Amino acid sequence: MAMLEVSNLKVNYGMIQAIKGISFKVEQGEIIALIGANGAGKTTTLHTVSGLLKAKEGSILFNGKELTKTQPHKIVEMGMAHVPEGRRIFQQLTVYENLILGAYTRSDKKEIAESLETIYKRFPRLEERKKQIAGTLSGGEQQMLAMGRALMSKPKIVLMDEPSMGLSPLLVSEIFDIIQSINKSGTTVLLVEQNAKKALSIANRAYVLETGKIVLEGDAKELMNNDQIKKAYLGE
Amino acid sequence: MEFISYLVNGISLGSIYALIALGYTMVYGIAKMLNFAHGDVIMIGGYVVFTAMTTMGLNPWLSILIGIVFCTLLGVVIEKVAYKPLRSATSLAVLITAIGVSYFLQNLALIIFGAGGKTFTSVVNIEPVSLFGGQVTISGETIVTILVSVVLMVVLTLFVNRTKPGRAMLAVSEDKGAAQLMGVNVNRTISLTFAIGSALAAIAGVLMCSTFPSLTPYIGAMPGIRAFVAAVFGGIGSIPGAMIGGVLIGIIENLSKAYISSQMSDAIVFAVLIIVLLVKPTGIMGKKIAEKV
Repeated sequence: MAMLEVSNLKVNYGMIQAIKGISFKVEQGEIIALIGANGAGKTTTLHTVSGLLKAKEGSILFNGKELTKTQPHKIVEMGMAHVPEGRRIFQQLTVYENLILGAYTRSDKKEIAESLETIYKRFPRLEERKKQIAGTLSGGEQQMLAMGRALMSKPKIVLMDEPSMGLSPLLVSEIFDIIQSINKSGTTVLLVEQNAKKALSIANRAYVLETGKIVLEGDAKELMNNDQIKKAYLGE
Repeated sequence: MEFISYLVNGISLGSIYALIALGYTMVYGIAKMLNFAHGDVIMIGGYVVFTAMTTMGLNPWLSILIGIVFCTLLGVVIEKVAYKPLRSATSLAVLITAIGVSYFLQNLALIIFGAGGKTFTSVVNIEPVSLFGGQVTISGETIVTILVSVVLMVVLTLFVNRTKPGRAMLAVSEDKGAAQLMGVNVNRTISLTFAIGSALAAIAGVLMCSTFPSLTPYIGAMPGIRAFVAAVFGGIGSIPGAMIGGVLIGIIENLSKAYISSQMSDAIVFAVLIIVLLVKPTGIMGKKIAEKV
């Protein structure tokens, strides 16, 4: 059984059908990339998986449990974290308060303190700035905070929406290294990216979304050599 | 010397406004709505305490406790019945509903208690304090109002910044979606906000009725509006803003009454609000970050 299994998902966004019946699955331990142009429906898909948007049809099974009728806070409790597009950190709170909010579903103070140490080790810059108001961080630091905050819930799977958005090439590489290392330490990753090249370079498998439909899927390395992909997404 | 007495009474009146304004501002911050029925919760609190204390002859402390519990539940019920079904409706629909709830509460009190004023017995039995060799006298009610308000504001500030449900409130007020992604139950957080706001309104009601003892179904309306002005003045959505705004509005109102004109005091309060909003549209402590409305 796949960890996350999405079947025939349809989602309306206002009057338009943004997702027109997509199916994909994520196995435990994988990094799966959803790639596609702006407006293809990648963010809508992630929002529906984490419960912020309601599905019109179809099912989303997470470890065998149906998510389409589950409230978002319950989904977090089930072990899913979501690093949203544009980071959406709590700008007016401190770095520390943001991270503690990430552990909202947990209650063991000692274990939370241990997780905090782990996050600080992974992102030393967050420790240096723990008392700083999050809105004053740089773009890269905000992305790290959003990732650290998501990891504070000790998720089984992390959904990441455009983690490279607005970052310098050097920082993009750093962020992708971090995603890989998060995955290596046992967290499954569902990654949404416009930066197809980077996404395919770390993913096991990938799905290509175009105007609400999956048009191509397969092994990430193979997709990288696919002529269609090269032309449309890799700019070669 | 008179000035000091006007100033202290202004601070006391302003503390009451601040307690009410906190309810307005927290509900606005978290549910993004203006709860115009909030002022009438004060009035209901006054009547409940009056009934328990004077009609049923219960101990004043027990009566106050009953009033607080009653208003807390009332606030939660109002939200569940009147506002929750409108969570995805336009803000105008919610605003009109809030005005409807306000009239409902006033007319309910009118039916139960009648239009005639009841005389509220002050719950404060502290002797007035004389200062400067008897030149300035400050009533026990004034002192208690200021002390109780300060304690409540400190407790509320600690609760919001240091506890888990408090941080959840801050998170929801900044970004509801992101808060949900942290596992925060937004509906429960909204209920909690209404509960706290209404409990503060009940206490404000008791303090207000102790200072101004005449109790009618309409006593909540005007303080409610002034407290709303205070919340906007301080920056709506900001907790310290509501505290500062409330105290300032109380001082401005009292000093205008003393030195300019009693009739003009409301006009002066609103004029000051207009000037502040012209200079700083987000209010004194308003958020700098642009918000979608």
